[in-house]
Amino acid sequence: MMEKMIVGRYLPADSVVHKMDPRAKLLFIFGFVIIVFLANNAVTYAVLGAITCLIVLLSRVKLRFLINGLKPVLILILFTFFLHVFFTKEGDILAQIGFLTIYKGGVIKGVLISIRFLLLIFVTSLLTLTTPPISVTDGIESLFGPLKKLKLPVHELALMMSISLRFIPTLLDETDKIMKAQMARGADFSSGSIPERVKAVIPLLIPLFVSAFKRAEELAVAMEARGYKGSEGRTKYRILQWSTRDTIAMFLLVALCAALFMLRS
Amino acid sequence: MKEKVISIKGVSFQYPDQEAFALRNVSFDVYKGEWLAIVGHNGSGKSTLAKMLNGLHYPSEGTVSIGGYALIEENVWLIREKLGMVFQNPDNQFVGTTVQDDVAFGLENNGVEHSAMQERVFASLEKVGMTAFLNQEPHHLSGGQKQRVAIAGVIALRPDIVLLDEATSMLDPLGREEVINTVRELNENEGLTVISITHDLEEASRADRVIVLNEGMLYTEGTPERIFQLDRELLNLGLGVPFAVQMSQLLTDAGLQLSRRHFNEEELVKDLWTLNFEK
Amino acid sequence: MDIKLREVEYSYAAGTPFERQAIMDVTFTIPSGQYVAIIGHTGSGKSTVLQHLNALLRPLKGEIEIGSRTIAAGRKGKKLKDVRRRVGIVFQFPEHQLFDETVEKDICFGPMNFGVSEEEAKKRTREAIGLVGLPEEVLGKSPFDLSGGQMRRVAIAGVLAMKPDVLVLDEPTAGLDPRGRQDIMNMFATLQKKNGLTCVLVTHSMEDAARYADKIIIMHKGQVYRTGAPRDIFSDADSLTNVGLDIPETVRFQRMFESHLGHPLDKVCLTPEELAAEVSRLRGEMT
Repeated sequence: MMEKMIVGRYLPADSVVHKMDPRAKLLFIFGFVIIVFLANNAVTYAVLGAITCLIVLLSRVKLRFLINGLKPVLILILFTFFLHVFFTKEGDILAQIGFLTIYKGGVIKGVLISIRFLLLIFVTSLLTLTTPPISVTDGIESLFGPLKKLKLPVHELALMMSISLRFIPTLLDETDKIMKAQMARGADFSSGSIPERVKAVIPLLIPLFVSAFKRAEELAVAMEARGYKGSEGRTKYRILQWSTRDTIAMFLLVALCAALFMLRS
Repeated sequence: MKEKVISIKGVSFQYPDQEAFALRNVSFDVYKGEWLAIVGHNGSGKSTLAKMLNGLHYPSEGTVSIGGYALIEENVWLIREKLGMVFQNPDNQFVGTTVQDDVAFGLENNGVEHSAMQERVFASLEKVGMTAFLNQEPHHLSGGQKQRVAIAGVIALRPDIVLLDEATSMLDPLGREEVINTVRELNENEGLTVISITHDLEEASRADRVIVLNEGMLYTEGTPERIFQLDRELLNLGLGVPFAVQMSQLLTDAGLQLSRRHFNEEELVKDLWTLNFEK
Repeated sequence: MDIKLREVEYSYAAGTPFERQAIMDVTFTIPSGQYVAIIGHTGSGKSTVLQHLNALLRPLKGEIEIGSRTIAAGRKGKKLKDVRRRVGIVFQFPEHQLFDETVEKDICFGPMNFGVSEEEAKKRTREAIGLVGLPEEVLGKSPFDLSGGQMRRVAIAGVLAMKPDVLVLDEPTAGLDPRGRQDIMNMFATLQKKNGLTCVLVTHSMEDAARYADKIIIMHKGQVYRTGAPRDIFSDADSLTNVGLDIPETVRFQRMFESHLGHPLDKVCLTPEELAAEVSRLRGEMT
């Protein structure tokens, strides 16, 4: 079940997008998220759509994977779509079903919001598909670096993030193993009433917690044994490299922003 | 005279919430360049000893000195530079998201320069034969491979001593072989001092010297050959015996002549043949 | 109750870029009441096969007959509980599945899931704890206060209390010390002989396979490489070494002895005890 999830998984390849500095990618996405909210007519959406298509092409990620990745969030998109369709009271009346009245404005709004969602999901899943999680962490640590002066534990948080990332597959495997072991003992995780189901996960959760604590303890000992004593005096193995293509991406972002301001109505 | 790298004198240790001593008056030395195996069943005190050598426990009585430093709180980081540890669970000591990040972790902690770091990561991975896996993520590696990466992470810090704390007990036979061979090579070619805490006989039989712990006390010590002569005594301590020793015993019981109990299968077969079948 | 696999195929993450085929064209039978060993390296497909034995995984192709039930590819399986009650699995490091406040409650978990009354479950708990060699006093303790070896035994008792017809064991002694290993393996052998239980042992240990199994199935790269009686399997050392497996120590020693003798012994000996007796008999004949 969990093995089919594609959101948040890295697909190694050798493309321009893969090679970009994670900081550039993070900044670009941050900018893009804001710009998406500037779009308010067909032209602006078309521009954003075209840019997204361009990035997908450059990344060489197969469209099929991206679309597969949409499946888990599809319900969310449909939900917002219908919410707008049913509850926006603008423009002409298109249809009347029972007590529900559908207005033209609602349909337009629903479609636009859904497109906005799709664009955001495409672009952010492109980040995770083309960037190893550890690089994302490095990028975040570097971008937030200045906050260290404000005594914010940026290094510690980044380390926590990278360790969590490292242990996600391990813990998923473990969940699967314990689930199967309990199913072999007759546990049923997929039927029954809500209280019954809540009760059914106890035999799964307790072993998971016990093992996670044990892992954390052993990991702490192992880290100390290898000389970990906090961020002081520590050097970094991974060094981020900002190159021309990253600068170009930033220019593109600024240009995109300017274009949207001009084209929006 | 061989150079001592660890010296343990009259060490006792008691866990705060327990009455019985986990270690009782244990004394022994470890010499430079040797491979010492410490064996004992679960609860014999061997894991307490391992934790102590890593500075996680301090002796209640007696003294421990590692690489010339007394085991006291102020020296703990110096001692950890001298003695590297490989732990039991391959997953719970893999810190990095990829093989090279993991090997670099210890170097980062010790403030090694970036240029030197890359060289040392690569050289260490070469010594354990894992260079082909540089960018591999841990969940795509076998247990044996993860342990080899752990060893690389330790030797990248250039310690004098490597302590394997049941490092092969969660591995399959191939993984075990892989790890033991890697350690053997490092011990022979790099002169690394190895202490392996284990209940795997195969691992113990490859050591230069074996120490048997029982109920917190040093039961006996000697070459593997001498230790495995103890045979039934070892079984009573909850330990096994190597195949040749077991076979010698069974053959004697079945009324066959043997000059002694053998440790080596080839010698046993020769002895069995000469004394019983060659006329 | 026989278990029959016919041309079973399975892939993990099927239909995604991460798809990985685990087993293909796997056909074999586990005859009722026998002790069957499945051997092979890590990654040979052993554990995938094992999870098909009680329908934890469903085949993508082929079918599995478990007693009177048939689990086939493409069909939705309903009421798998009965299958799971009859085929108990002791997973590798089973102590990781313990969760309840007391040992007794934990052992009762399996039987009560299968509809056994609390009273009956408690009775079974006392039987099971005796079988695994622990005193009844541990029943009131928290499983997390026990030693690793004791936890392992409690977890095994939890499966035994389900009273399965088939007991599947995945490396049940991994990580135990030699004495604990021997105790547990002997217990399973006794159960199989005395109670007519079918035992399936998934293992790396050629010695255990040689000593206990009636039938051996060798897996290699997701397929069945060979099946047969231990004496047949181990008399052909080459076919084992071809796939990187060892022959048991006893057989290896016997071969060394035979090279002095100049001819093979009458049979391949599977345990050191058997070999000692055989050598002794031979000397008697020669003098």
